[in-house]
Amino acid sequence: MEPILKARGLVKRYGRVTALDHCDFDLMPGEILAVIGDNGAGKSSLIKAISGAVIPDEGEVWLEGRKVQFTSPIDAREEGIETVYQTLAMSPALSIADNMFMGRELRKPGWRGNLLRQLDRARMEEIAREKLNELGLMTIQNINQAVETLSGGQRQGVAVARAAAFGSKVIILDEPTAALGVKESRRVLELIQDVKSRGIPIILISHNMPHVFEVADRIHVHRLGKRLCVIDPKAHSMSDAVAYMTGAAEPAAELAEA
Amino acid sequence: MSTQQSYEAAAAGSPQETAEFDQGHQSFIQKFQHLLHVTPSLVPLIVLVLSVIVFGLLLGSKFFSPFALTLILQQVGIVGIVACAQSLVILTAGIDLSVGAIMVLSSVVMGQFTFRYGLPPEIAVVCGLICGTFCGFINGWLVARMKLPPFIVTLGMWQIVLATNFLYSANETIRSQTIAAEAPLLQLFGEKIKLGGAVFTYGVIFMVLLVILLAYVLRHTAWGRHVYAVGDDPDAAELSGVKVNRVLISVYMLSGLICAFAGWAMIGRIGSVSPTSGQLANIESITAVVIGGISLFGGRGSILGTFFGALIVGVFTLGLRLLGADAQWTYLLIGLLIIAAVAVDQWIRKVSV
Repeated sequence: MEPILKARGLVKRYGRVTALDHCDFDLMPGEILAVIGDNGAGKSSLIKAISGAVIPDEGEVWLEGRKVQFTSPIDAREEGIETVYQTLAMSPALSIADNMFMGRELRKPGWRGNLLRQLDRARMEEIAREKLNELGLMTIQNINQAVETLSGGQRQGVAVARAAAFGSKVIILDEPTAALGVKESRRVLELIQDVKSRGIPIILISHNMPHVFEVADRIHVHRLGKRLCVIDPKAHSMSDAVAYMTGAAEPAAELAEA
Repeated sequence: MSTQQSYEAAAAGSPQETAEFDQGHQSFIQKFQHLLHVTPSLVPLIVLVLSVIVFGLLLGSKFFSPFALTLILQQVGIVGIVACAQSLVILTAGIDLSVGAIMVLSSVVMGQFTFRYGLPPEIAVVCGLICGTFCGFINGWLVARMKLPPFIVTLGMWQIVLATNFLYSANETIRSQTIAAEAPLLQLFGEKIKLGGAVFTYGVIFMVLLVILLAYVLRHTAWGRHVYAVGDDPDAAELSGVKVNRVLISVYMLSGLICAFAGWAMIGRIGSVSPTSGQLANIESITAVVIGGISLFGGRGSILGTFFGALIVGVFTLGLRLLGADAQWTYLLIGLLIIAAVAVDQWIRKVSV
């Protein structure tokens, strides 16, 4: 099967630090791929390179067999790759609805939209409310409240809902459960399954091994700026994974080629 | 995998309804703080109404006449227009120190193109507006593309534009009578409409329309929302799909264009085209913006606040003059107001409600 998103030989250097060292990456259609690795292994750089937030120094990326070159996150978004960043990328003073539709606002139909460029607030708020309800994360009463008045978990919920609402080909989640409580994490995991059942593949970066092993179809182990191996969570234990990513154990040779 | 403990099951029986918190006794001050947080332009509005009432009580009908009240509007007309430009830039967490210089240069271009080159005044006015927009474009390009701090860019442009203004105009004033006789279009914004004792100049009407237009654009268009997002957190805005550089350049260009309109309005106000006029526009516009409650750190505040801020300065200036006070008292009080405005801003923000 042809990967939906494929990267070969990605290199990214920051001065004398090499964050990505000829890294390969494959995402299959419809799967949940977890990316794990120790701190500083280059997970974030890898994700940024495929979501357009950094431009790799070398290497190529293919989306659905087509070579793509993203120079900004907007390019990646237009191709249907939606990312939830660890920093969440939200404007604190603006409302939830404003944030969800930032950069792709809906305008009113007819002359008020075309001529006066008036935003269709009612519809944006309705869609935003719907998406948040789908997530079930919401203890939010007011869709117009500023994002800065939300708790960390609620903010994360809004960011995940935004990605789920607009991602059409690939959704990338960078530590989506890190700031969430037990129940909220469960809902995000359910949401991930839900998105998967719609046929959209997900890249999940997480430090939470139980979460990773629960939802992932395959696990990409990142070490020292490159892909060390890809393992099957059903055939390996969490301690195997931790041993590989910290370098305590070497994966079998056939895994490294997968 | 099978040995994994199902620790989450324990949370299954937890209550589903939205948590209700006992808010405790919400004092009047807390409620007031919440209200101010939601509508930041309320603070300057309250100050404005209070100052009008106080001066009205002290001065009676001398102050409370349609003539005096509309005189305030005329006196703040130019500063009000420039402050609109300043507000846009400050909302993006920048500052524009070159507003006054751009205004003067644009007015000089309008005058000199008419009288030195004999162009029709309509074309000269358009050239002046283009000149202002172009100065704004240089500011915006340096800020957005070269990543230079707005303070430094506009400090430099202030000197450059002002020097260009003096060199180009050869420090020559075009007299009011000449303009009135040969190119009355330049004095368009000085035209008056009288309603009873009230006097509205076209300049004042333009300012009010501009405030309404910008309030609409900032609140109800995508571009307006992007201006706030860029001022709030440019990195987050970029990641969520806002073309930050384009927004910044367009804001500085629009600021330049509005300053050029202010230059045109200034010809109407003072009658002549003088390269030495409008030197205080920078500081007065920033004063109006700050008193109006727009945060210098960007992303917060409204254009209505700026309008009220400009009016507050006008009310104090005229009120104290009518009271026969030394003009220095005006500056002293405005200084106090600036500090108080920022203090109130910090207080409102302390509790995110």
